[in-house]
Amino acid sequence: MFDNLSNRLQDIFGGLKSKGRLTEKDIDTAMREIRLALLEADVNFKVVKSFITSTKERCLTAEVMASLTPGQNVIKIVLDELTKLLGVTDSKLVLSSRIPNVIMLVGLQGSGKTTAAAKLAYRLKKEGHSPLLVACDVYRPAAADQLASLADDIGVKIYRGDGKNPVAIAEQSIREAIDSLRDVVIIDTAGRLHIDELMMEEAAAIKKATKPDQILMVLDAMTGQDVVNVASAFAEKVDFDGVIMSKMDGDARGGGALSIRAVTGKPIKFISAGEKPDALEPFYPDRMAKRILGMGDVISFIEKASAIAEEEVSEEEAKRFAKTEFTFDDFLASMKQIKKMGGLSGLLSSLPGGDKALASGQVDEHELDRIEAIIHSMSAEERRKPNVINGSRRERIAKGAGVEVYDVNQLIKRFSETKKMMKKYSADMGGGKKGKKRHGRGSKGLGGLNLPDGFGDLFK
Amino acid sequence: MSWFDRLSEGLSRTREQFSESMNVLFNRGPNLDQDFYDSLEEALIQGDMGAISASEIVEQLQETAKRKALPDAHSVLELLAETIADRFVEPEHDPFDTVPGVVLFVGINGAGKTTTVGKLAKAAVDAGHRVLIGSADTFRAAAIEQLDVWGERAGVEVVKRERGSDPASVCYDVIERAEEIGAELVLIDTSGRLHTSVDLMRELEKVVNVTRKRSKAPVSVVLVMDATTGQNGLSQAREFNRALQLDGVVITKLDGTAKGGIAVAVSREIGLPILRIGVGESIDDMRPFDALEYAHALIGEGGN
Repeated sequence: MFDNLSNRLQDIFGGLKSKGRLTEKDIDTAMREIRLALLEADVNFKVVKSFITSTKERCLTAEVMASLTPGQNVIKIVLDELTKLLGVTDSKLVLSSRIPNVIMLVGLQGSGKTTAAAKLAYRLKKEGHSPLLVACDVYRPAAADQLASLADDIGVKIYRGDGKNPVAIAEQSIREAIDSLRDVVIIDTAGRLHIDELMMEEAAAIKKATKPDQILMVLDAMTGQDVVNVASAFAEKVDFDGVIMSKMDGDARGGGALSIRAVTGKPIKFISAGEKPDALEPFYPDRMAKRILGMGDVISFIEKASAIAEEEVSEEEAKRFAKTEFTFDDFLASMKQIKKMGGLSGLLSSLPGGDKALASGQVDEHELDRIEAIIHSMSAEERRKPNVINGSRRERIAKGAGVEVYDVNQLIKRFSETKKMMKKYSADMGGGKKGKKRHGRGSKGLGGLNLPDGFGDLFK
Repeated sequence: MSWFDRLSEGLSRTREQFSESMNVLFNRGPNLDQDFYDSLEEALIQGDMGAISASEIVEQLQETAKRKALPDAHSVLELLAETIADRFVEPEHDPFDTVPGVVLFVGINGAGKTTTVGKLAKAAVDAGHRVLIGSADTFRAAAIEQLDVWGERAGVEVVKRERGSDPASVCYDVIERAEEIGAELVLIDTSGRLHTSVDLMRELEKVVNVTRKRSKAPVSVVLVMDATTGQNGLSQAREFNRALQLDGVVITKLDGTAKGGIAVAVSREIGLPILRIGVGESIDDMRPFDALEYAHALIGEGGN
């Protein structure tokens, strides 16, 4: 059984950390393991080679070897080098002043262009733009229908033209955008093999006709060593400005992200992780590197949590929280938030060691559903004042939720523990007023659930 | 163009690249030193065979070469083809040519399931079977329409329901219809899903169980995998196999520069036979799999 990269590196450095002093042989062992782990993560062979060489060199400096905590220094160096490889700066989508802006998507068949086009449109729409989606894939049966259906779901206009000539459709779509007052045009093109001369020429022709402000290449996170061939060919024949990594919600480590940046110099702009239209996130090289190294993508997670919390936490709720009048309704609300953030597994995988917990089956996604069912089976009074829930009420609730009385007892027990913890928490913060509430929302949900040890601490 | 030409053409791009790296090895002379074997291992890794598989293969090769006292690089490469071919599991039966039968196609998003169903339906019709297609991808926008087009091209009826319906009940309908019209081979498309999605994998389990329960004909489940897939392919195959007990794998998109080495690892590690390979975009470009031919083609001396 192959472990994922984070686990592998965690294991290696666990070994290194426990030693006081490193020898060159230790470093070699670690490097061999890192090489294997990176190859398993589908990082291109040549990229791995140069990575290992530069990292090893840095690790062999006297500063590391003689250091009191050489293991940690090695981790830091590996992290630095990995971040460097992924690109040093944040890479955001910056629109030019031209109206309409034109964004063109290219990629292999099945990489996820059509889905990415819709997600991009949804994102731009949320940012206040009015995008136009353009269906230039006239080859795959019903590709335009797929885009039309997705466009309809997110309430964005689509242009299909005559459905025959991709270059003409793309060209006309600009006029259409001007006429219908759209400020961004997103062109979805057909999937093409990078060695298919005719199709690559077609992509170049669409580019020539529309002069895109940005060309984004969509790349499947599961792609293997071939990433380098594909990306180089697209860079040479069409040229592109950045990459959207798709299918990042799977367990692929996405080593291609490392390779593509190293080989073409093009930044990864977005990662696409999920089936919903809002599952398109900006790509942060440093966070990605940390995630790969098993340090968890905590920052992304906190941002996600606070964005959702800000939308939903009313002043009244915040006040009640400050007074620690925590009820089952609040409990329910926290759980809904966790679900929004991609469920327990989504949440956990973005925390340090979370992947490990998930893999070892410590987390039951359906736990949330059970808890929800139990709370839904309570009366309004019971939710507000859990103290009134006596034996016969527990029996009734268990029946209503289709669970055992034992489950109801467990939930009430956990609930009161959470409540206690929150009382302590808000006392520590001197009443917990404005500015603290975001963190508070997190701990409400997390403290009450059956998470592996230590997770709740993260949000204290 | 004969199938053989098409296969050769489809694989030739793969072959050219691999040959190139092998030629570099040749040019280094026939010295069977550690450098030679190291380069061989690198070439295999770059073919997506996986670092562990590659080093196993090369070690085995090195040992056999020594024992047999092979004289030069050429004979070692010949042996390499056999060593790679040996790692493939033989299929017990061909689910696309055994009637009556029902085949469910599963895999991650964008692997090429719908296209594969279309192409295999055409091949089965050409082989003289009465074929029925079922569209259980009720999730992806326009998947049903896409399959409709393939059905038309192959001249095969497509059983479907509106988008958003329960995929398991579509399968029920499909089998019912197949019995009504006396179809011999039923091919069912399912919606793409990541093997890490617990809920969607459970849904798929239900789809397969309902089909297995309802169908009187034997039901096979086949994983469709893109040849560009890297080492994650192992994880895909393992999870789909664990949930559904797969009968085999179809490798698609071998007409690019991807070498499809993951097929070697999947067959060996998970014990799944490769049933077909897709070597081009036209409806006739789905080919039977031959392990030795595949291995030869990969290292640059197969096909013709």
